[in-house]
Amino acid sequence: MTDYLTFLWRVWRLSWQGGWKFYVWMIFLSVLVLVGLNAWARQFVEGLATTGMTDQVSWGAYIANFTFLVGVAAAAVMLVIPAYIYKKEHMHEVVLFGELMAIAAIVMCLLFVTVDLGHPDRFHHMIPPFGIFNFPGSILSWDVIVLNGYLLLNLHIAGYMLYCRYRGKAPTRKFYIPFVFLSIAWAVSIHTVTAFLYVGLAGRAYWHHPLVPARFLASAFVAGPALMILTFQVIRRVMRYYIGDKPIFTLRMIMTVAMLINMFLLGSELFTEFYSPTQHAAAAHYLYFGLHGHDGLVPWIWTAIALDVIGLLFLVTPLSRHIVGLNIACVTCFVGIWIEKGMGLIIPGFVPSPLGQFVEYLPTLNETLICLGVWAVGALMLSWMLHVAIPIMNGSLRADPHAPAPALNH
Amino acid sequence: MTEHSSNNVSPKTIEQVYQPMTRRTFLKGSAGAMVGLAGLVAALKPLLALEKGEISLDDLLQRHYRQLSPADLQRIMTQLEDKCAAEYGVRPTLQDLKPLEGVQFAYALNLTRCIGCRKCAHACLAENNQSRAGEDDISMSYIRVLEMQKGAINLETSTVYYDPETVPQKDKYYMPVQCHQCQESPCTKVCPVQATWQEKDGVVVVDYNWCIGCRYCMAACPYDARRFNYQKPTLKPEAINPNQNYLSNRIRPKGVVEKCTFCLQRTRAGKYPACLEVCPTGARVFGNVLDPDSEINYILNHKRVYILKEEVGTLPRFYYFFDA
Ligand code: SF4
Ligand code: SF4
Repeated sequence: MTDYLTFLWRVWRLSWQGGWKFYVWMIFLSVLVLVGLNAWARQFVEGLATTGMTDQVSWGAYIANFTFLVGVAAAAVMLVIPAYIYKKEHMHEVVLFGELMAIAAIVMCLLFVTVDLGHPDRFHHMIPPFGIFNFPGSILSWDVIVLNGYLLLNLHIAGYMLYCRYRGKAPTRKFYIPFVFLSIAWAVSIHTVTAFLYVGLAGRAYWHHPLVPARFLASAFVAGPALMILTFQVIRRVMRYYIGDKPIFTLRMIMTVAMLINMFLLGSELFTEFYSPTQHAAAAHYLYFGLHGHDGLVPWIWTAIALDVIGLLFLVTPLSRHIVGLNIACVTCFVGIWIEKGMGLIIPGFVPSPLGQFVEYLPTLNETLICLGVWAVGALMLSWMLHVAIPIMNGSLRADPHAPAPALNH
Repeated sequence: MTEHSSNNVSPKTIEQVYQPMTRRTFLKGSAGAMVGLAGLVAALKPLLALEKGEISLDDLLQRHYRQLSPADLQRIMTQLEDKCAAEYGVRPTLQDLKPLEGVQFAYALNLTRCIGCRKCAHACLAENNQSRAGEDDISMSYIRVLEMQKGAINLETSTVYYDPETVPQKDKYYMPVQCHQCQESPCTKVCPVQATWQEKDGVVVVDYNWCIGCRYCMAACPYDARRFNYQKPTLKPEAINPNQNYLSNRIRPKGVVEKCTFCLQRTRAGKYPACLEVCPTGARVFGNVLDPDSEINYILNHKRVYILKEEVGTLPRFYYFFDA
């Protein structure tokens, strides 16, 4: 027990130690968090009228970002599977970072849901025994369970691994292997359940489509690895931890396959909607070409498609064998999919409204600041977790400084 | 695995990690903490504008409507009356009418007769205390009257913003849409906290003191029947209907969802809905389907009845019909 408290105390001390670059970065993020908090306080007082949402478009940027980030969180399995199932040695040196990223992403998800509530002060109504759980009817209740479960799983796995490394002991298999396997299934479930949130609504033709969950997963396995590739490079540049090219190129392969599937599914969807357009194609029409003089989403979706296509071209050609080319692919895919899931999936579900009205949506400044703030919370968390995890990973922080550094594979 | 040479750390980094706290670092840390705290306070400053009593411990601890004892409910209703008097300048009488035994409501609307005058949409506002910016702001009305092209029942070419000199226009017909009180109501199914449910008489209600404002029910409703209070409702004292009911037309707090309740504050007391009473053409028929002699029963059995979006499978209790 005292061992553990010492550990926590050292982690706490470590959190505040770093070079000037570390301080500048963390202060910058903290300022963004405060700006977001300020915007949220304003929204809390005045109500959601401070957002661009309306009775017709009743979900906007918050839910869009939430949906996207669930995918990023789920993508951690793309490190876990090769590391634990295929026993790829080189993935072991990075698998922890995937888990840490998942933790940050889930926290962002929960924050995005919270800022979207009209009555955040009643959040506890969702948590029994204070509240009532509409289980198993409401998919949102399922989502609350799976998201929090995934958060706990990753906290346990990452925390346990780090603590073992700190103590210089090999982790005990039974304390983590079952959880690792559970987390693999769980990662798929968080994303599937989130997709069911939308697919389950028969009244919204644009969402009520069996391809949606499949596309959700495919695009998540592009955006998540893209972010990881970029993060790994940051780690190996600015922190004392070496990550070889191998894990990065394994991720590249995963991204490529996932992107091909994603584009294939997109193609099937477009074909179905446009080859013999039914009344249900109105939303897709509005999204891609504009309808009845309303075309607010057209620039967004074509930007997304252009970015996706550029990313795919880089991925399938030797261009991305070079790290610069790969980085371009990562950035374009990440942004492309972010737009696709937000402006391309959530908003057209509401336009036209079920009664055929066209009310367009654009986030307001206040809403944007809140989104920025939540992203900053995530970045802050991830930076902090990496900042304390890396000295443990590379052996500079250990229970007994004189013991030899423990090996990485387990 | 092979440790990469660059992953080997020098003892110096270990010293750094265990760096002891000095006076200097302590002072620096305290100064940083002060700045951080000041930033936090500044960021939260808008919260000062919260009205007194907007979030009270009572509110936080209140249970779901169906878990409240009659005494608790009475106490809460008195508090709400006080609050309304203080904030809006009118003291309402708040009741909690229960569903009547042996009654299931249904509503039918005659599309041949409706002329699109929107009197129902206005009557709805006068009855149900929705927020409005001015006299002719009917965006929060539970009824949306669609102007449709003759020749088809196509929602996509309809509009709610029609504004001709006179109605009806020659090539148009009109279709008012409000909550269909679906028997298979998707809105109640998706609500994560059971803040909205179907009562025994078929009316779908919302507990405004329990709703967390997630708006999932709005996404689920195929009839665009739900309204959200994006801000605190604005209502002039003379616009307030003081005859109020806990689950229906009491003034809502901000951040919750509301909807048509077939005017249960009226219909459970034996009156007709406000929209029916005001309709100049008699296009609206309301009643108890369980009563074999009711007019609504006659219409459902003898007229050509149309169900909007039947394919979604929500089994509405709201029907459209045509004269012979
Ligand atoms: S019309 Fe909409 S709000 Fe009314 S019961 Fe049906 S789904 Fe619910
Ligand atoms: S907005 Fe309120 S009533 Fe609607 S689903 Fe959310 S909690 Fe339930």
